[in-house]
Amino acid sequence: MTAIADTTALEFGRSRTRKEDARLITGRTRYTDSITPAGTIYLHVVRSPIAHATITGVEASAARSAPGVFGVYTAAELGATEIGLPHVWPLTPAEKAPQRPLLASDTVHFAGEGVAIVLARSAAEARDAADLVEVDYEPLDPVLDMEAAVADGANLVHPSLGSNISDVWVFDAGAAGTGGSVDEAIAAAEADPDSVVVRRRFRQQRLIPAFMEPRSAVVDPTGEQIVFYSATQVPHVLRTMTAVTLGIPESKLRVVAPDVGGGFGGKLSVTPEEMLCVLAAQKTGKPVKWTETRSESLLAAHHGRDQLQDITITAKKDGTVTGLDVRLLADMGAYLELVGPGVPVLGAFMFNAIYKIPAYKFTCTTVLTSKTPTGAYRGAGRPEATFAIERIMDELAVELGRDPLELRKQNWIPHEEFPFTTVVGLTYDSGNYEQATDRAVELFDYAGLRREQEERRARGDRVQLGIGISTFTEMCGLAPSRVLGSLSYGAGGWEAASVRMLATGKVEVVTGSSGHGQGHETAFSQIVADQLGVPFEDIEILHGDTQVSPKGLDTYGSRSLVVGGIAIVNASKKVVEKATKIAAHLLEAAEEDIEFANGTFTVRGTGQGKAIQEIAYAAFTAHDYPEGIEPSLDSDAVYDPENFSYPHGTHLAAMEVDTETGRVQLRHYVCVDDIGNVVNPLIAEGQVHGGLAQGIAQALFEEANYDDQGTLVNGTFVDYTLPSAADLPGFTTEIVSTPATSNPLGVKGVGEAGTIASTPAIVNGVIDAIRHLGVTEVEMPTTSQRVWRAIQAAQGRSTQETPIDTHSPGAGLGSIDPNNPQGEV
Amino acid sequence: MAEVRVTVDGVNYADEVEPRMLLVQYLRERLGKTGTLIGCDTSNCGACTVHLNGQSVKSCSVLAVQADGAEVLTIEGLARGEDLHPVQKAFNECHGLQCGYCTPGMIMAAVDLLGDNPDPDEHEVREGIEGNLCRCTGYQNIVRSVQRAAQMMKPGATAPTEQPAPVAGD
Repeated sequence: MTAIADTTALEFGRSRTRKEDARLITGRTRYTDSITPAGTIYLHVVRSPIAHATITGVEASAARSAPGVFGVYTAAELGATEIGLPHVWPLTPAEKAPQRPLLASDTVHFAGEGVAIVLARSAAEARDAADLVEVDYEPLDPVLDMEAAVADGANLVHPSLGSNISDVWVFDAGAAGTGGSVDEAIAAAEADPDSVVVRRRFRQQRLIPAFMEPRSAVVDPTGEQIVFYSATQVPHVLRTMTAVTLGIPESKLRVVAPDVGGGFGGKLSVTPEEMLCVLAAQKTGKPVKWTETRSESLLAAHHGRDQLQDITITAKKDGTVTGLDVRLLADMGAYLELVGPGVPVLGAFMFNAIYKIPAYKFTCTTVLTSKTPTGAYRGAGRPEATFAIERIMDELAVELGRDPLELRKQNWIPHEEFPFTTVVGLTYDSGNYEQATDRAVELFDYAGLRREQEERRARGDRVQLGIGISTFTEMCGLAPSRVLGSLSYGAGGWEAASVRMLATGKVEVVTGSSGHGQGHETAFSQIVADQLGVPFEDIEILHGDTQVSPKGLDTYGSRSLVVGGIAIVNASKKVVEKATKIAAHLLEAAEEDIEFANGTFTVRGTGQGKAIQEIAYAAFTAHDYPEGIEPSLDSDAVYDPENFSYPHGTHLAAMEVDTETGRVQLRHYVCVDDIGNVVNPLIAEGQVHGGLAQGIAQALFEEANYDDQGTLVNGTFVDYTLPSAADLPGFTTEIVSTPATSNPLGVKGVGEAGTIASTPAIVNGVIDAIRHLGVTEVEMPTTSQRVWRAIQAAQGRSTQETPIDTHSPGAGLGSIDPNNPQGEV
Repeated sequence: MAEVRVTVDGVNYADEVEPRMLLVQYLRERLGKTGTLIGCDTSNCGACTVHLNGQSVKSCSVLAVQADGAEVLTIEGLARGEDLHPVQKAFNECHGLQCGYCTPGMIMAAVDLLGDNPDPDEHEVREGIEGNLCRCTGYQNIVRSVQRAAQMMKPGATAPTEQPAPVAGD
């Protein structure tokens, strides 16, 4: 008889400490750069320092004869000029998609693009030799500004495409039959004295995901399968795409994502460096390793955001919103990333947010520029949408003289109206905006802070208080495969799982959703412990290796729990079904008389029972099992969701602004998130904290700045200013739960909520603090310099002009403006 | 080449190294101490933090030869056998890590911080670990971890007994 722990208490909902921590806190880790098979050769990429140029010569003889160098190769020398990196999200059949080469051959299209590779015995020798490679460039004018790029007669990034406009994607609720025509709504509002029309332009600055572990790949070709380690979020996607890109049979590739040090969308890619490692390993027959420096990472790994948003909202003067028009310019950079154009389009369904908006239209123009390509970054499309709608709801409130929270309440979907089909045709299954908001307002002391704000304004205090609001929702759990198909995405959105009962009663769970810091191993173990009634400690979660977990679609879009977790539940249920048949046989009872609870199969109405571990052993020995079944409990499941899930929440920020210096301080942040049922509150809270930090960093600190030559001027951690502990306060976070009805666990997902919600809360708060001075907009990041300038401009005071077309002045802490190094004004 | 004699995590080593070799490269590439990680190239992120003669240093800003004659402690040598250091325990209990990449450096920095200030308030913790960047946690649970460790390390504090299923979170 197997010893059985007390499993009557549910694991679901417990704040378990994480089982993966034991390795991570002792240094017993295996990140890709720590993997070095014997005989490893190191690859270094020679990168263009120039954004747009013709390559007129590559002189590598000195590098080739340097110590330890195996070779220097251009694309032509690798035979790789015809190889193009995959792009799996074409928006329309008319999309103009430049082929992205592994290395630029004739023309470089962004600073940081690879031109050649060096292979050497050590990483240091490879870098030394790379410095000896002389590339001659004939500079061309870079295309840096999106509006200029789409204008007639613009200089072209890729002249062969004939335009910098890659595509235009439209969703028109009127035409789709899911809502009214926004053109009619705007015309009606303009003609109606009892209506208002508010138009604003918002700018989503360019961000860098800046995961802590630089990207790295190790390709070992010495076995029958090529073993391909990569610091990736998407080992399964990488395997399939490598096969397609390089023409290697998929069955000859084994991709391993070992420990991965964060991703945030930034490792949702298939990169030139990864493909170059495979080619180099094939060429040399030796293991090849590439690890980027932080500067290379900031320069050449894909960036995020970078949109210009023209938003028009119409409303009755009583506050009822009647229409929303969204026009985006989205900077794709020099090439279309793996999912690049899909990112802004994911936002198409979220601009209407939690509100009942009768008429809606979304138009997105994807634009090619001479900058680093953009792709997924935490939230991917939804932070941009949430920012725009939450900012313009504040603007509408000002226009109407209403409290911004009251205006939101007037327009949001009341809880009794769920399920609710929105103007874009999505059905929100559950939610309770009143509950989350009421709790946030209470925790925040909204009324008290409004009073303090009034008092400070009345006194004319130097430091003014602003209250920022963001009542957000998001679509999580990417995604129903049919929906992805309708959006021309190149794959489905299902997830796979296997549950294996071992002879000794221990359990192996295989998931296609591979974690890189989120706590998958702990949360999935909790789910399986409840499903099978086995101890948490007896469960091992296996992932991130296509040999172990051959089937999966990986981790992004808050999908691991709501898609991957449900696949695990379904596989577990199949195990119990199989075990029930064997239990009935061994207990000499009819199958329908067997009950399963807390890991034990019992014959109804008797004391007779067998533990699931005993059944597993019986299945293993296979000495005595019923006719007509196979002697195994192991089960697989593939789960394809029928709907997204829709977490929501209310975030409130108390911002203090020094009106003389422009200094912004986040005094207090409260958020109440409704993420449905919670598997592990400790982990969920951690996800919220980290999400908040990234969203707040967009509002206050971060921006990838280019100069007028297309050079990234803050490509190190010295001046791409990730917040440190000293830059952030503690947050007050709480979770409320309106269970999702679209999945059996009632879960919604939490990975991106904090990032999506917090950016507009902060910016709304900053503007609320200084709106009485006449300020209506401050571009992100809302640095001291930007805020001070906005105040001066609103007050009609002149400031010395800094050429902002070449650089966003004062972005981030410690950032130095190359055009104004002394920060003079 | 230059000679370096150094004790790392209690083991004596004598090696010939290139004079330009960084301590972190020596630890990772020569000694296989891959528990110590590299996150940047400008000494901003602190992922590579180790102790050099008892003081925390970013091992990317120390040459291996500068460690000649010194004693180095890395994350791999912090626990006493099975007994985790209180800071390690606290990071687990307070969910002070997610992807784990900043964690070795963060823990080594926190141990040094608590050596200097055994009972830091929240502000002092935030200032004290300012040189170590984390992209996952928003720092809140790291701050809690350091403060929890401070409580555990107070003279007379009893080590918390190992629960079969420790439930953290307040």
